[in-house]
Amino acid sequence: MSAVLPVTPPVEAAAGYRHSVRRFARNRLAVAGLVVVILFLLFSFLGPLLYSTDQTHTNLTQVNLAPGGAHLLGTDAVGHDELGRLMYGGRVSLLVGLAAGILATVIGTLWGAIAGYAGGWIDAVMMRVVDAGIAIPALFILLVVSAITTPDTVGLILILGLVSWLVPSRLVRAETLTLKNRDYVLTLRAVGGTHGRAITRHILPNSVSTIVVAATFQVADAILLVAYVSYLGLGVQPPSTDWGGMLSAGLTAAYSGRWWLIVPPGLAIILVVCAFNAIGDGLRDTFDVRGRG
Amino acid sequence: MSILEIENLGVTFSTETGDVPAVRDVSLRVRPGETLALVGESGSGKSTVALAAMGLLPGSARATGRVRVGGTDVIGAAEADLAGLRGRTASMVFQEPATALDPLTRIGAQIAEVIRNHRPVPVKDAAREAVELLRRVGIPEPERRAFAYPFQLSGGQRQRVVIAMAIANAPSLLIADEPTTALDVTVQAEILDLLRGLAADSGTGVLLVTHNMGVVADFADRVAVMLQGEVVETGPVEEVLLRPTDDYTRRLLEAVPRLSLADPPSGARDRPVEEPVVDLREVSVRFGRGRRAVRALDGVSLTVRPGETVGLVGESGSGKSTAARVALGLVAPSAGSVSLFGADLGRAGGRARRALLSGVGVVLQDPVASLDARMSVGECVAEPLRVHRRGMSSAERRARVADVLELVRLPRDLAHRGPRELSGGQRQRVSLARALVLRPRLLVADEPTSALDVSVQRSVLEVIRELQDELGFACLFVSHDLAVVQQFAQHVVVLRAGRIEEEGSTATTLLHPRTDYTRRLIAAVPVPDPVLQRRRRDERRAAMGVKA
Repeated sequence: MSAVLPVTPPVEAAAGYRHSVRRFARNRLAVAGLVVVILFLLFSFLGPLLYSTDQTHTNLTQVNLAPGGAHLLGTDAVGHDELGRLMYGGRVSLLVGLAAGILATVIGTLWGAIAGYAGGWIDAVMMRVVDAGIAIPALFILLVVSAITTPDTVGLILILGLVSWLVPSRLVRAETLTLKNRDYVLTLRAVGGTHGRAITRHILPNSVSTIVVAATFQVADAILLVAYVSYLGLGVQPPSTDWGGMLSAGLTAAYSGRWWLIVPPGLAIILVVCAFNAIGDGLRDTFDVRGRG
Repeated sequence: MSILEIENLGVTFSTETGDVPAVRDVSLRVRPGETLALVGESGSGKSTVALAAMGLLPGSARATGRVRVGGTDVIGAAEADLAGLRGRTASMVFQEPATALDPLTRIGAQIAEVIRNHRPVPVKDAAREAVELLRRVGIPEPERRAFAYPFQLSGGQRQRVVIAMAIANAPSLLIADEPTTALDVTVQAEILDLLRGLAADSGTGVLLVTHNMGVVADFADRVAVMLQGEVVETGPVEEVLLRPTDDYTRRLLEAVPRLSLADPPSGARDRPVEEPVVDLREVSVRFGRGRRAVRALDGVSLTVRPGETVGLVGESGSGKSTAARVALGLVAPSAGSVSLFGADLGRAGGRARRALLSGVGVVLQDPVASLDARMSVGECVAEPLRVHRRGMSSAERRARVADVLELVRLPRDLAHRGPRELSGGQRQRVSLARALVLRPRLLVADEPTSALDVSVQRSVLEVIRELQDELGFACLFVSHDLAVVQQFAQHVVVLRAGRIEEEGSTATTLLHPRTDYTRRLIAAVPVPDPVLQRRRRDERRAAMGVKA
């Protein structure tokens, strides 16, 4: 009888998670991105508790004040405090961006996993749907939809989610194609395991890094899309607003030198979008997966 | 004077977790016209030595000591000097011919490029030389084939093209890193014949890196055995392979499965008569449809009876893995029928099919891909229980997993570890534990040990055999290695291009084959005994009508 094999001591593998964190932490840009996102989240959601302002009623005695004094970033054309409005708009931008990005990733993941796993004509039909969707610019669909109805926050999340799941579905499908022929999936099927089990226990958990990376980029894209739509006046309606809406409202004022209506929301959008992209790049390097395109 | 001199070579890789020494204090020499085989198991550092000799170590490696190729120092040499050396004084043949060639360039042009890299030859002359080289390496119709793309050639022909590129500038040193590992045995024998002829004709020194002792016996003049980065034994091939002095060399040679060439003492056993556990009747499988359809199997009938082991052998593309997958219900036959334990697998649906499949265990080839790295060993082994024994409590399940781990000679507490922490042999034992956790009546093993080192292979095969005696399951054993099948199976089926070429009891079929194909297959297997191998080689070449 052969002897019980001695087992090599655990080599760092238990620390795989910590190892990933360390790799991520070494990417300065990604860490900076994470810090920026966290700061903006705190600013938008906790900020109003420390710096409370009235963002529902107009105050025509306090319009177009320059930064300084009681209003750190001045006020806009209807007397809303600009700093408070930045927090208030950030809530919508970040909430819609995060929710829509995650929704798009969830839809794309399911669609891609099913198409890739099923293969054959099901895959062909499902991916032609994706091709067709990618051929139509998302912005065009958004404008048409926004022209027909005026969406509330939930509506906006649904619409953005439904137009931007196409790219993640392609990524997940590609991942699924390689995973479904792994020996452990074949072994499971050979002992009578169901397709559902193969997808939920093996394929999705092993695609999780691809999915997380895709989700990060989706969030960045969604925040940008919200800004587009609102800038064109078709997003959330006043008195509610978001950073894109603020830009739009402040644009006329910019010519009269009231830069404080333009620069803060513009910077906020740029910083947050860049931050999410930096996080996505960092995660992609950490997990060593192919990201977009 | 030696063409390759390595003195006190040390190579250290710097990794995220610190420095890892890969090669320590290695000294070797290759003289013109001589073949030195560098052998060892995976991780022994043999390929690192080969790369160091070409100055091709990756950036994370630090080399110390001295490497001289044709009188030029390689370590610390400027990249420009190395570029002049590579492909001209020394050239290299890699393991995988599919990735060694540019898929988008015609092979004639690829060879001509190598020529023009080192010699100012007009384009036309280079093209003519390329055709000549193709002829020398035995490509039929070289004038026409020079315009072929790599994908239009077979694996063996691609390796011939790689060799043509390597010898294009008449190098004095050829480094071949596992040059035949990706090839079938019959092709391997041809490529080794070719390399031997080229080396003898031109007086080229060859550094052959390999794990295959048969290849060493067939090709090498001298052997250096490596273990964990150090050379443990060096000497002439007859000495090292037949009278090894080092303990490790002896153990390594003992573990090599040898094709037995003489009649076994006992006569062939009769096959059991009980109803077969798996029965393939006239099974055909086609992939694709229309004119581009590929017939993977064509009218194959085979049975495995309770308690016996049936070996399924054949070269790549012969359909042996497809046949195993048909038996597992993973591939549906386009014609014919499959029955498992007496019930028709094709007709059984849903619950009945699942019940049938619960009687089958599977072990596949790749030790890395066989286990989901995101699960613990325990979860991997428990997966069949979760599929078929839904009512089982988690405590019961844990106990069963621990029991079956013990059965395959692994520690019970391995269940908490991740597959990444295990070696290849341990992983294959975990796969075996998973296959046996439902107490199957049939084990299907598709090349279960071909990715493992010989010593590990032996221990895994021993475990399977002992458990078969203990538990009495039948086994369908797929392998390209005739020596392993000979030791392991009672009945053997030889497949060729999707059809059964020959079948019978292992004892008679592999010693007295009835068909030419099987005879050629057996003759091509190199045995790890240089004297015997030389005789077999001459016999094989005589049978093929080639002058020795």
